[in-house]
Amino acid sequence: MEIFIKGIGNISPQHTTDNNSFLDEVVNHEQDFLSCIEPNYKEFISPIQLRRMSKLIKMGISASKMSLRDAEIDNPGAIITGTGLGLVGDTEKFLNQVIDSNEEFLAPTAFIQSTHNTISGQVAIALKCFNYNNTYSHRGFSFESVLLDAMLLINDNDAENALVGGFDEITPEHHSIIKKTRWVKNEKIKSLELLNHKTQGTIVGEGVIFFTLSGKKESNTYAKIKNIKTIYKPENHQEIENKIEQFLSENGLTKNDIDLVVMGANGNIDTDDIYYHLADNYFNTNYAYFKHLSGDYHTAGAFGMWLAAKAIKHQQVPEVARFKKESFTDKPIKNVLVYNHFRNIDHSLYLLTQ
Amino acid sequence: MSKRVFVTGIGIISGIGKNVEENLQAIRQKKSGIGKIKYLNTNHKDTIPASEVKFSNEELIEWYGLDKKQPYTRAALLGLIAAHEAVQKAQIKDIKEYRTGLISGTTVGGMDKSEHFYKELLTTNNHIKYIETHDCGDSTERIADFLGVKDFVSTTSTACSSAANSLLLGARMIKNNLLDRVIAGGTESLTKYHLNGFNTLMILDHEPCKPFDEKRKGLNLGEGAAFLVIESEDVVKTTGKKVLCELTGYGNSCEAFHQTASTPEGKGAYMAMKEALDRSSLKPEQIDYINAHGTGTENNDLSEGRAIEKLFGENLPKISSTKAFTGHTTSGAGGIEAVLSVLAITHNLIFPNLNFSEQMKELNFSPVTELLENVKVDHVLSNSFGFGGNNSALIFSRY
Repeated sequence: MEIFIKGIGNISPQHTTDNNSFLDEVVNHEQDFLSCIEPNYKEFISPIQLRRMSKLIKMGISASKMSLRDAEIDNPGAIITGTGLGLVGDTEKFLNQVIDSNEEFLAPTAFIQSTHNTISGQVAIALKCFNYNNTYSHRGFSFESVLLDAMLLINDNDAENALVGGFDEITPEHHSIIKKTRWVKNEKIKSLELLNHKTQGTIVGEGVIFFTLSGKKESNTYAKIKNIKTIYKPENHQEIENKIEQFLSENGLTKNDIDLVVMGANGNIDTDDIYYHLADNYFNTNYAYFKHLSGDYHTAGAFGMWLAAKAIKHQQVPEVARFKKESFTDKPIKNVLVYNHFRNIDHSLYLLTQ
Repeated sequence: MSKRVFVTGIGIISGIGKNVEENLQAIRQKKSGIGKIKYLNTNHKDTIPASEVKFSNEELIEWYGLDKKQPYTRAALLGLIAAHEAVQKAQIKDIKEYRTGLISGTTVGGMDKSEHFYKELLTTNNHIKYIETHDCGDSTERIADFLGVKDFVSTTSTACSSAANSLLLGARMIKNNLLDRVIAGGTESLTKYHLNGFNTLMILDHEPCKPFDEKRKGLNLGEGAAFLVIESEDVVKTTGKKVLCELTGYGNSCEAFHQTASTPEGKGAYMAMKEALDRSSLKPEQIDYINAHGTGTENNDLSEGRAIEKLFGENLPKISSTKAFTGHTTSGAGGIEAVLSVLAITHNLIFPNLNFSEQMKELNFSPVTELLENVKVDHVLSNSFGFGGNNSALIFSRY
């Protein structure tokens, strides 16, 4: 099951909407959480429609259109999205109304827009795309399920290509709640220094990242997604190592064939040790990381895949994304493994090749 | 891609019963689960009826002997009970014996607890454990952990077609030899959030709903969960276990029309059913029964009815909606109706569409209104349509 990345639309806390550049200019966020740099929506959405849409829907439609334009595809064979928490802003809005108004005099708009499949539905409406449409919402497997679904569709000849996306948003209100858990850092930090803060929790971000995937390799292809794998609640480091070994071997590779490992390290002292363990004891290659650029969120794996695809396309890893910089060596980037986990529960592997 | 997918176990909990036998019994007795709201703490309890599972969370926890200190949402509890029944009915002793996945559909997820504690979560440090039960993945992982499923877990969230899409992904993973068996379905609890949401859309009937009736006034919400165990041909052959039926067709398409409405001609519904039919290689006249989405809203029943007429023409199968029994269980509906479709085949039954009295003037058919027993039911089509234009259809066939 091999599919190719033909187009990208990445709206993130970094300048990522221009597919010709690759982290040329980097934003060091100093707020409580990382917010997306919003594009000029008028390029993608009519002014009348814009007024009715919440921020995440605007970003969703814009990123999907960016991706399709990049791939030069008008109408995809499928639209599949993944999200951990869905449309948080609209959900909060309706939830507060229900509680504050004692269940009276409510307006439906926020409710209508708050289901997790709103973006896939709205993108379908914007494109008049009647094809396969699905949405997954499963923590650190949300975007992974999307990729798996797209690979199956293309492999089964149910679709020639697919528009797939991961999206999550963070709002001040939601941040004020999750700050109370052990998963979010209490101290204020500069995002680029994330891994220097070896404390409990991470820094929260957001992102809307769409890829146009195709079963055919063409000249404008970024990279091939050779395979993906999910690992649910591994017992220990050994199990993760074994699963990586098995995954690579199933795809005709060994760890020595991997030119770059993109790591999901997020600065959480409770859960980052596996990344250091793999870098120090298992692989012997170059490493990259990304959550200091994107922040962490349920579908952050999509940003990791973006980084991997861009590294293959540009044949380089920007300085700011290099992990273990001191031992980073210059070499062709052919096989890239993205390894990410969500709270040490949902672990995922994506294997990308040139 | 030639592999076949078989249903070997079913489990259900709904407003009409806590297991398969009770649900079947209630339908035989024409006993609806819709009534005055008792368990959901809402101001609408005297005016808006719903089909609630007739147990409190505490009673469910007690019944299953679960840890009272764990933050169980109602969706997790209902899902766990239905999935467990399905696994038992499939006679699975060792869940790890074959590559097993759990795919559940849910949309409101842990909202029942979030809405209850929300203001406190904002202003105090109380109830923090419920922050992590809010998302859709929580109930799925609790069900997976209870059953010991490790190989694959995922959650679909396409509103009212979620559970059908879980079955769709599960079937495709088996056909592609990624898994040997999948426990697939969905779970949803009633919440003030979506009760009020549907109420603002003015699509809730304040009386028991009347699917496909000329004077229908809307839907009644329900809650519940249902799961099917689907297994590969290899596993079924190796174990020699009893097969309930085969999942022969599935289709998914998008209406791409409006976030909460479908086209009057039912374009998306037609495409989903057509795809399912084509995939099963069945002719329209071979379908014996359609368990319709049939919510009782003006919009759905018209567009679904027209789509059925367009696809089946003169060869209309028996049609009914079972939503007047269970209420519209949103993300659970595709699972609950899949279980009922399996039962239609295994028991040679066609279920009545309650509260029907007058045929819709736009349609040429009336639904079945009495229980039909000892009838030929070899192929059943089950429809699930959701917000966002997400339409899915499944076909179950006698094996």
